[in-house]
Amino acid sequence: MCAMASFSDNLNSPSPSAEVQVLNINWFQKQPNGNDEVSLTLNISADLQSLFTWNTKQVFVFLAAEYETPKNSLNQISLWDGIIPSKEHSKFTIHTSNKYRFIDQGSNLRGKEFNLTLHWHVMPKTGKMSASKIVISGYHLPEEYR
Amino acid sequence: MDWQGQKLAEQLMQLLLLAFAVVAFATGYFIGSFQMMILIYAGGVILTSLITVPNWPFFNRHPLKWLDPSEDEKHPKPQHSVTSNSKKKSKK
Repeated sequence: MCAMASFSDNLNSPSPSAEVQVLNINWFQKQPNGNDEVSLTLNISADLQSLFTWNTKQVFVFLAAEYETPKNSLNQISLWDGIIPSKEHSKFTIHTSNKYRFIDQGSNLRGKEFNLTLHWHVMPKTGKMSASKIVISGYHLPEEYR
Repeated sequence: MDWQGQKLAEQLMQLLLLAFAVVAFATGYFIGSFQMMILIYAGGVILTSLITVPNWPFFNRHPLKWLDPSEDEKHPKPQHSVTSNSKKKSKK
């Protein structure tokens, strides 16, 4: 019965959508230890309703800033996360500053181009967890600290 | 519960559990409720237990026919001496 329920999830083909706006760079500075830190105000809107089936317990979703530096080909910094408990809550718009600090390992953020990626993990009632993401590219940090 | 009754109980149990699993899955899937699937199946397990666990009369339709005690008297056990003799003979 549970195996069948888990299998029935394959019949669902989700088509989630997400949009993120950087409304403001609140401040942008170099910490005394030399790491760049930036504070952003974000407007995150997403429609994840199609991820929910009758076998979905909840969905964990997080927004990560992803960028490349000379030292690391991929830096991922989680800026915000949330747990969506039901389909009714899966279409949302959130206006927030970054929940977790956006700190680079070094001083590479000035003028940096970065992606904001909405990752999500679907937790079913029975069966295997699955994960996917939407990459939204084309964001830039300012050239100067402020 | 006689032998036929035990066989019937076993078959009933398997059939009922399978039937409830199918009904529970179909109902749960079509109304989109995992909880309803579990509830229907739980109800099915309880109902199956009530049907197949107690010793209902319909499990006792084929009582064992034991021989009458008088049959024992008609066929007396072999004498002890006879059995010991035969054992000795067979050993030789």
